[in-house]
Amino acid sequence: MVAIVGYGAYVPRYRIKVEEIARMWGDDPASISRGLGIYEKSVPAIDEDTATIAVEAARRAVKSAGIDAGEIGAIYVGSESHPYAVKPTATIVAEAIGATPYLTAADYEFACKAGTAGIQNCMALIKAGMIKYGMAIGADVAQAAPGDALEYTAAAGGVAYIIGKDGIATINETASFTTDTPDFWRREGQPYPGHGERFTGEPAYYRHITNAANLLMEKMGTKPSDYDYAVFHQPNGKFPRRVAKMLGFSDEQIKHGLLCPIIGNTYSGSAMLGLAATLDIAKPGDRIIMVSFGSGAGSDAFDITVTDAIESYPRQNIRKMIEKKQYVDYGLYMKYRGEI
Amino acid sequence: MAVPRYWREIPARYNLIGKRCKVCGRVYFPPRNICPVCRRKSVGQMEDYKLKGTGVVESYTIIHVPPPHFEGEEPYIMALIKLDEGPYVTGQIVECDEKDVHIGMRVRATFRKIMEDGEKGAIYYGYKFVKEEE
Repeated sequence: MVAIVGYGAYVPRYRIKVEEIARMWGDDPASISRGLGIYEKSVPAIDEDTATIAVEAARRAVKSAGIDAGEIGAIYVGSESHPYAVKPTATIVAEAIGATPYLTAADYEFACKAGTAGIQNCMALIKAGMIKYGMAIGADVAQAAPGDALEYTAAAGGVAYIIGKDGIATINETASFTTDTPDFWRREGQPYPGHGERFTGEPAYYRHITNAANLLMEKMGTKPSDYDYAVFHQPNGKFPRRVAKMLGFSDEQIKHGLLCPIIGNTYSGSAMLGLAATLDIAKPGDRIIMVSFGSGAGSDAFDITVTDAIESYPRQNIRKMIEKKQYVDYGLYMKYRGEI
Repeated sequence: MAVPRYWREIPARYNLIGKRCKVCGRVYFPPRNICPVCRRKSVGQMEDYKLKGTGVVESYTIIHVPPPHFEGEEPYIMALIKLDEGPYVTGQIVECDEKDVHIGMRVRATFRKIMEDGEKGAIYYGYKFVKEEE
């Protein structure tokens, strides 16, 4: 058996409103908010990056799981904004939580789904009996070119999961769907990503998520109504609602995990943060489906059942953490992002 | 900062690991190899000791003209913090308005980027402090 032993999340406290970005570029904020289903996004402080966000999330996970960090045998950090091109974020995290030196560690990159690839790797290591605990992190300080549509959503945040044999939620099964689809990319040495505009929807996001979700449900012999909650990757507030409808999930099933409208797209953290917010309110026996999506492109789907252990687990209340915020204007946002 | 020095100080900078004298029980941060009270008797008796990272603001100042590596962060708060285990530490307080900081304020350590060695050099991480939530 493989299970989530603990989780911890971190979202920087600064926010910028859609209105403020729209003001800069002469866009109509109401139509942007309506079109993207987003009101504001998180902004990292001047001294925050993917490594500091990953460390904060990892420390919270270790503390709430109540385990000895020295027993973590693997750490994988998924991100598309690692602070170094060469030099792992995972070693910084391992050192900062006291997991070094007896462990394996690596950084992953797969646009927005590198974190869930980390969960799958930890699952495999647990099943093989190679480690006692593994940690998978999805964290990003997402970049967007000033004036690009991505600027409205590219946000910062991260979440860490500790995977082990028994825990607060059993991972029953996972399924993936992967193809070579150039919907979004960033070339080596380039500061900002490029994307295929509308091409990011149908052949990329919708195709991969629906296929991974259907493959998983086929494997498990389940249908959408068997799940209490569903979490899909959230590049904006609109796509996850639409893909839920396409697959046959209701708004009620996805609403608890839908954080994009209030924090933006945290990239590698996105679906995993949605799952964490869902675990915050889940009851023993609840069944959750989570499907990530990473451009390039692929989706990882997970079938999860919450166990009795969740009742005594010190849950973090991610939505409450998100409520503690401070707004910045476009100038400060640019300064915090190191643009000026 | 030279990379070897930063590397040597990682346990202290990331996790506030200091030293405790097994003879008299005093805790030191940054770490010391000899207890200045027990002197010769403390040789070989200094053990690693992880501080909780919580403490109280003893005094503070607002930096308006920062050294080169900290440009862009001003104005920022530098504080003298008395950690709960006894040692004093100097550190930056972040996510706190300079009008809100006060002597006696409870703080806890957080993990932040301290500085970068230019665009090509290493990135140095370590502790800063935030206001402790009630």
